[in-house]
Amino acid sequence: MPAPDESHAAIVRDGLGVGLATGAYGVSFGAISVAAGLSVLQTCALSLLVFTGASQFALVGVIAAGGAPLAGTLTALLLGTRNTLYGLRLATTLGWHGWRRTTAAHLVIDESTAMALVRPTPATARVGFLSTGVAVFGFWNLATLAGALAGTAIGDPRTYGLDAAVGGAFLALVWPRLHTPLNRAVALVAAAVALGIVPTSPAGVPVLAAAGVALLAGLLAGRGGAR
Amino acid sequence: MTWAAVLLAGLGCYLLKLAGLSVPPRVLERPCVSRVADLVPVALLAALIAVQVFSTGHRWVLDARAAGLAVALGLLLLRAPFLVVVAGAALTAALLRLA
Repeated sequence: MPAPDESHAAIVRDGLGVGLATGAYGVSFGAISVAAGLSVLQTCALSLLVFTGASQFALVGVIAAGGAPLAGTLTALLLGTRNTLYGLRLATTLGWHGWRRTTAAHLVIDESTAMALVRPTPATARVGFLSTGVAVFGFWNLATLAGALAGTAIGDPRTYGLDAAVGGAFLALVWPRLHTPLNRAVALVAAAVALGIVPTSPAGVPVLAAAGVALLAGLLAGRGGAR
Repeated sequence: MTWAAVLLAGLGCYLLKLAGLSVPPRVLERPCVSRVADLVPVALLAALIAVQVFSTGHRWVLDARAAGLAVALGLLLLRAPFLVVVAGAALTAALLRLA
């Protein structure tokens, strides 16, 4: 945990660093999105309006697999629910109301939450949240545009293995969440269920069915007393 | 249709964020709710990996994408950063298709 007397400038510098690192993979999102068949404008709209990486990757992933776009939206929303939990944890720390809260809500993502919650005081938490959120937003959107433009310029994305990049990106996103046996078991069962019904169900449905696995596991784990 | 999906996802994801900042914490912070919320991303991402890598349309397929995923796994075990993992998966598949 950072020292209580950590200067605001140092916190902003950290925020910029996280923004630069996270924003950089907006390039891969931009390229993968246009490879999935979305236009450059749609790709940029996703980064501007949805602004939460896993949901964006999921939406274009479902479309790339031939699923209905609205099935992609549903998957994106299910993944977006974790930001609600971040918001719950941030609400008392940030203590914002009215227009401040309405504006800050858009910046509630993995990185800004992490950089706020490690700070010892509300004042430094606010600086951490804002600097990281704004930095990631800026770099993420610039990088998305660059990736989308590059993606349209290179021709068939399969030649460059961009279809394989999607799997790698999802694996990297889920990796930090596989820290407990329950989470690892849920990941394996969800993957098996989704793949198992691929031949017989409409595209997009296998991924949504996996949410049912999470729901069932969450309820049963509570009942069995397993944590 | 794609535009509708993009705009709805944008609106929905924003409202989900705002809800967290606005709702009294005790309403949603039940152990059961937070456990399901923790597991949903895990299940969805795992399912996305399976479907993206091991199927095309309604068929199961084992091709260069699986090799890309294996390399990504290896890179993650070596604690490689996100971009290296993604690039490693892409490069592996691209090189296998050249061969």
